[in-house]
Amino acid sequence: MVYIPHTDAERQVMLAAIGVESLEELFWDIPEKFRYPQLDLPEPLSEMEALQELQFLAGLNLNANTIPTFLGAGAYRHWVPSVVDYVISRGEFYTAYTPYQAEVSQGTLQAIFEYESMICDLTGMDVANASHYDGATAAAEAVIQAYNVFRKKRTKIVLAPTIHPHYRQTIGTYTQGMGLEIVGGDDPSTTMEQLIELVDEQTACLILQTPDFLGQLHDLAGVADTVHARGKDAQVVVIANPISLGLLKPPGDYGADIVVGEGQPLGLGLNFGGPYLGFYATRSQYARQMAGRLVGKTVDIEGKEGYVMTLTTREQHIRRDKATSNICSNQGLMALAATVYMAALGKTGLRKVAELNYHKAHYAAGVIDAVEGFSVVRRKPFFNEFVVRCPAPVEEINAFLLNGIEGVEIIGGYDLAQDYPHLTNAMLVAVTEMNSRHEIDLLAEALEAFND
Amino acid sequence: MTEPLIYELSSPGREGVKPPQLDVPESALPQEWLRESLPLPEVSEIDVVRHYLRLSQLNYAIDKGMYPLGSCTMKFNPKINEVTARLPGFAGIHPLQHTDVVQGALYVIYTLQEYIKAIGGFAGVTLQPAAGAQGELVGVLIMRKYHLDRGDVQRDTILVPDSAHGTNPATTSMSGLRVVEIPSDARGNVDLDALRSQVCERIAGLMFTNPNTLGLFEERMEDVVGIIHGCGGLVYGDGANMNALSGIMRPGDAGIDVMHFNLHKTFSTPHGGGGPGCGAVGVAPHLVDYLPGPIVVLDPNLEEEDDPYFIFHEPPKSIGRVKAFWGHFGMMVRAYTYIRMLGEVGLRRSAEHAVLNANYLLSRIKGVYPLPYDRICKHEFVVEGRFKDAPDVHALDIAKRLIDYGVHPPTNYFPLIVPEALMIEPTETESQQSLDNYADILLTIAEEARHTPELLHAAPQNAPVRRLDEVRAARNPVLRYEH
Repeated sequence: MVYIPHTDAERQVMLAAIGVESLEELFWDIPEKFRYPQLDLPEPLSEMEALQELQFLAGLNLNANTIPTFLGAGAYRHWVPSVVDYVISRGEFYTAYTPYQAEVSQGTLQAIFEYESMICDLTGMDVANASHYDGATAAAEAVIQAYNVFRKKRTKIVLAPTIHPHYRQTIGTYTQGMGLEIVGGDDPSTTMEQLIELVDEQTACLILQTPDFLGQLHDLAGVADTVHARGKDAQVVVIANPISLGLLKPPGDYGADIVVGEGQPLGLGLNFGGPYLGFYATRSQYARQMAGRLVGKTVDIEGKEGYVMTLTTREQHIRRDKATSNICSNQGLMALAATVYMAALGKTGLRKVAELNYHKAHYAAGVIDAVEGFSVVRRKPFFNEFVVRCPAPVEEINAFLLNGIEGVEIIGGYDLAQDYPHLTNAMLVAVTEMNSRHEIDLLAEALEAFND
Repeated sequence: MTEPLIYELSSPGREGVKPPQLDVPESALPQEWLRESLPLPEVSEIDVVRHYLRLSQLNYAIDKGMYPLGSCTMKFNPKINEVTARLPGFAGIHPLQHTDVVQGALYVIYTLQEYIKAIGGFAGVTLQPAAGAQGELVGVLIMRKYHLDRGDVQRDTILVPDSAHGTNPATTSMSGLRVVEIPSDARGNVDLDALRSQVCERIAGLMFTNPNTLGLFEERMEDVVGIIHGCGGLVYGDGANMNALSGIMRPGDAGIDVMHFNLHKTFSTPHGGGGPGCGAVGVAPHLVDYLPGPIVVLDPNLEEEDDPYFIFHEPPKSIGRVKAFWGHFGMMVRAYTYIRMLGEVGLRRSAEHAVLNANYLLSRIKGVYPLPYDRICKHEFVVEGRFKDAPDVHALDIAKRLIDYGVHPPTNYFPLIVPEALMIEPTETESQQSLDNYADILLTIAEEARHTPELLHAAPQNAPVRRLDEVRAARNPVLRYEH
């Protein structure tokens, strides 16, 4: 039997040692009427057959890495250096458990400490945890931290209308039992000033995203000061794209209280949406109110440096119903991948990747804008994603890009009408270092062809 | 020799892997928004490889040896899973591509939903939750919303046995509900009298782990479920221990209304040093409409002669999504591969051998390590890590001494109802030799506890570091590298 090493002889010896006659006897405490149901599963396959079946299924999908792709909207096609998968494929990392036994988990623990340090560097914050499930859940946990900081007395949450729709929905799901009032509306043209006006002394936090879901960059100067003043220290939560932070001033420099985001761009593949990585950083005074695992540095009884999980009295396995969150499993291996990615690119490499994204996106905006009928919305600066007003429904254009021209296959941008009903004919276009000039020009030509 | 931090290997000006050249004209950067410095390490690729390889060697892992953490199901992680999850047609697809061009991926999600339904005896399944705890959140929010929709607004209480995982009460609080703890009886089961004394119209439900965290099957399961249903409550199944039951019993058949499965336990996806997991949730018919959306369904508009076509579907009374996109697809591919290779018989044999292994290991150390509940166990068991004639020795000392012998300790100090608990789950993928080796070590340590307890107190001495000062770490937290 696959993965079960027992021989018949061993099984008999073991049953005898237990004092039972058969395997069935080990289950006599289960009511008989429930025992040994039929499961309606297909016949088992050998490894070779399983691989063939999965290769066939994988082959039915269109691999975005093999054709020009301009789809982002929260998941981005970036180049992943070979060293990332090399490290996370080591059995010592991926077949280990949560590092509860610190003495034999120093590899995992030190890597998390490095991850926490890099996230702090990237965001300009004091303390980062060992990860959340993804950007959406990190944002939801940020709301809960703000709610807890004010001892559950403040119930108003101001959400910018341009945060990722899945994040907004996740925040709604997480907080549905908390009696919170979520304000901010869904009009993406709402200004920062209008949002800040919603903050009052009953407000636990204001959440904004930059670059936002529409790709726009927001000026954070003065936002935290104003919110702290109007809202008597109401928390400012910023959702950020980690690649953009290779280039742009981090939210921590602007006084943000919590910075979260989707870590997928940091060396994780697309993987049809997961597993990804929620990064989470805050100010040191909130370290005891944040959720998730934290690793700290200490010494052993001989004075040798080492790493342990710390401030665990925040967590469910110690605090039970008083814990800051129920989170237990996190995205350990994905955090390791991001750490290796940031180390491998380093100080200059990450900056270069960020610049490549910026320049290529701006080049793409220029050539698309030049196509008749298509215009790039330029109300605000952008990083690697922008909105294009189109002469037809996006769905139609995308179908044309994929199948409409002989020998050309392009995955177009995201159809914003799905989330903002009045943004009809508006396509969200993402451009990364993976898009060559040739691919970008090809997209513009294909849009020209659509006009014909 | 300690391994320096990656930052300490940094040398100003050194470059790592090179991004591609810019092939378009430069655009003006927003000067006032640019950061002045990015203090990441400056290392070369070989520095990165050696550093993380050396770190990896400081870890214990299933690939090195037996890892019998109770409640964690540290079974072998099949290597084929890593191959299938990395197939370019799975790893390279964007979650928002048109459904026309991701039918292979949707087939995997749909079929795995069907498999979990079949294994658990449920009418609906979501694979969206990222981990067991998030599956619990989904389950409790579903229970809450079900009652609210029926006008049962007073149901604000969840009963949680005192042997439960910490995530159960934490999840309940997060859902805005109240926790009432139920004690265990002398056989390690939920105390039925205590349970009856708590039931009233405020009960939203019970969170029920079966086998429970003592590794014991709740013999009065039907009574427990009957009592809760009798007062209008729902029963949540914590599926962390499903490795004892797959192919043996379907929780849905026994009246469990909603339950999470840990694909990273029962269905062999790796734990990754803490994650990612996947916490699939199954529900009975009356809760299907409450599942977080979207789930994958067969297109209902298809004609009989059409090829199957899969679409996303939003359940009409959904509690809402709990994360971005569709869940941990990479983990779904791994679990799909595993179930496809085992089939019904393989799953049943796995559960049987998980239970065989636990009972065998227990039989080898019984009488030496105090056993609070002497019954046939399921996939794991709990003994006390203490001896009457060695009063200074604690479970922690035993755990640390196991490290000196080159194996991983069990879970310790959990469940909370057993003093000095050692919770041991060998899993089905360990051989008799491996179990005998572990038993021999435990027996040797029990002898040492009496004659040379200083060896236990000083342990580990054969590990990358000795015991670490956790108090210092918490009092003066150093949580990042200071430049």
